[in-house]
Amino acid sequence: MISRNPGSLVDADRAVVPPDRGATASQPKWRRDFPIDAGQDEFVSRRELVKFMILTSGAFVAGHVWLLVKSLVERAPFGLPAVSVATVDELPVGGAKTFQYPAGSTPRLLVRTGATTFVAYDQQCTHLACPVVPVVAQGRLHCPCHNGWFDLSTGRPVAGPPQRPLPRVSLDVRDGSVYATGVEEPSS
Amino acid sequence: MTRPRPLIRSQRMTIVTGMLVFVLILIVLQLWLLTASVNAYLGGERSIVLPALGASALCFALNAGLLRYLYRLE
Repeated sequence: MISRNPGSLVDADRAVVPPDRGATASQPKWRRDFPIDAGQDEFVSRRELVKFMILTSGAFVAGHVWLLVKSLVERAPFGLPAVSVATVDELPVGGAKTFQYPAGSTPRLLVRTGATTFVAYDQQCTHLACPVVPVVAQGRLHCPCHNGWFDLSTGRPVAGPPQRPLPRVSLDVRDGSVYATGVEEPSS
Repeated sequence: MTRPRPLIRSQRMTIVTGMLVFVLILIVLQLWLLTASVNAYLGGERSIVLPALGASALCFALNAGLLRYLYRLE
């Protein structure tokens, strides 16, 4: 029954309720000596759970901030130096070689597609990172693991499971050498 | 102007429980946002990171507002 008397509500609020909700007199002596108020105990534990959940919420925001910072740092290459990766005479038309740019990177693949034209891409397939091989006669790059195909002139996927283009290494051909000058991350 | 009567424990308990439900919904939303953002980021789609951060920060702001109310409740 709900009491209309505010005083009795406050009294009920202050009453110590044992965990088994029984009468105080029926409790063992140790509990009467050290009473536990079940209502207050539940309130405090639920309140602490809310606080912990809000802390977790803050941790998720921190995770997003970390992701943003990582994204910004990786987006700005801050001028990779131009590095000679091959001489023009080193590769016949249709030939290819691997190199690292910048040093320590994943392998890149340089392909000579014509007398004066070269292209270079990340050698890892964007599906499951198998190495791609050039098929210059077809104007494509082939990933033999899952039969993925990329366009040799753009690096875009044309068949098979890969969905994203290969990161492209920008090149500059001068003085009989091929220089890598930067890495273009695919936009999507 | 009369001062509002202090809440009794059962009332506070109800409020905290409701608050917990709301916070849990926001947390699940944030978890989904973070998972989707990481998935997109690893897939090379980085433009999604900033809007996702904004949405997550908004959820956290709501949670922080609830926390403030929780402290006032005590």
